Amino acid sequence: MKPEELLYAPTHEWVAVAKENGVQVATIGITDFAVKQLTDLVYMELPEVGRKLAAGQEFGEVESVKAVSPLYSPVAGEVIAVNSELPNRLETLNDDPFGQGWVMKVKLSDETALSKLLDYAAYQKQCSEQG
Amino acid sequence: MTGPNTVLARTPLYQWHAAHGGRLVDFAGWEMPVQYTSIVEEHTATREAATLFDVSHMGRLRFDGPGAAAFLDLLLTRKVVGLGFGKVRYALMCNLGGGILDDVLVYHLADEHGRPFHWLVVNASNREKIIAWVERHLPDAQDVTYADHTTATAMIAVQGPRALEITREALGLDLHTLGNYTALVTTIHGETGLASRTGYTGEDGCELVVPASIAVDVWQELFDVGQPHGLKPAGLGARDTLRLEAAMPLYGHELTENINPIQAGLGFAVNLKGRTFLGHDAITIASQDKNLPRRVGLELASRRVPREHCPVLRADASQANVGEVTSGTFSPTFKKSIAMAYVSPDCAAVGTPLVVDIRGKQEPAKVVELPFYQRPR
Repeated sequence: MKPEELLYAPTHEWVAVAKENGVQVATIGITDFAVKQLTDLVYMELPEVGRKLAAGQEFGEVESVKAVSPLYSPVAGEVIAVNSELPNRLETLNDDPFGQGWVMKVKLSDETALSKLLDYAAYQKQCSEQG
Repeated sequence: MTGPNTVLARTPLYQWHAAHGGRLVDFAGWEMPVQYTSIVEEHTATREAATLFDVSHMGRLRFDGPGAAAFLDLLLTRKVVGLGFGKVRYALMCNLGGGILDDVLVYHLADEHGRPFHWLVVNASNREKIIAWVERHLPDAQDVTYADHTTATAMIAVQGPRALEITREALGLDLHTLGNYTALVTTIHGETGLASRTGYTGEDGCELVVPASIAVDVWQELFDVGQPHGLKPAGLGARDTLRLEAAMPLYGHELTENINPIQAGLGFAVNLKGRTFLGHDAITIASQDKNLPRRVGLELASRRVPREHCPVLRADASQANVGEVTSGTFSPTFKKSIAMAYVSPDCAAVGTPLVVDIRGKQEPAKVVELPFYQRPR
């Protein structure tokens, strides 16, 4: 996926929305900026398939040698798939954070949260301010 | 402690760190690099080749005068009177209750004019407290003076199996004949400096103290010569994972004013017999108290990292709280989650199964022998 075409949460998750089998599905991952900030990833916890998430709700965590960071769902909906190989291959997050490094797919129950997300330019601006 | 408006101190190497990708953070009031590239990379370089650490933030105090040895002997858990020239000793400074004020290295040296002196390296976070403690106990006899050399000098640690080779090649300073925990005053880059075979990583290596004015030159020479050997600059992040694997305590974590040296497992650094020092009587009593929590090493089955203050529980149905994690990390060497913790003495035996509560989830752990890592000799 092209980073320029994604939406972003200020908490460094990315979102790609597409129609799959007639329903709106959000694919969610962690940005390259976040991965670079964390460095030395050691552990990741994914949500259960079928779990219903509110926008902004914590759904998992990613841990580096230095610190643990919660992951927040940028959208509301039901988890319909998780990248279950990812916790065993965390290096994928370094190599391809916007592709093979996807974290979960959520069937959207409500699209209002999408309008609050940042576009690429706004997210880049936030990252440059965070150094 | 530093508030949001405190101006952070910078070491003479600050500009170098900033120019070479060092991620700078507030550490004990100093703006220090926590990492340049990756903690694991810097950790591995230390174990396999060599790394450079800027440890200029640590406090460096010089003691002069005929009463210096006796004065430090009164302040430290380790015997200082009679310490041979060139010797370095790890010791604790304790309050009257036997609680640890700081862990330090004390050196006995002769300067470039042949004058004897003692040198004390203290934690950055405790420097002001230790200076106040020293001031308070200085004898009326005025046969001891001290001077704080922290900001006038820089301190560089070169650590790893290739550290001494690099130091010799870069600075013409051959420390191979210097035994572990010995030191000397010597010429470094044309100036009087101090070299010791010490460190905080569990590896071979040395620490150099040089005038602030030549710090960047010395660092750069070590860096240039070291790079072909695999040397990297390393930050506080790797310093922490390295010292944790080597089970070296860190002040504010394993050591506080509420912990005495015996329960911290530092009995080797306490000479109780035939002498007295501040805290001596309290430590004597504490050394006989079999109920005090003990410092232990824990290894976890999970890759989740036990962090400071995670509760430690019994592994039986009671799940009773028996202690607390003081430091934890994911060990880059062993690829396992490890921690140091204080636990009830009945849970401190090697092999005891325990549970660490990591943010509400119970993770199985067991007590293992310390240190986690010992370098091949």
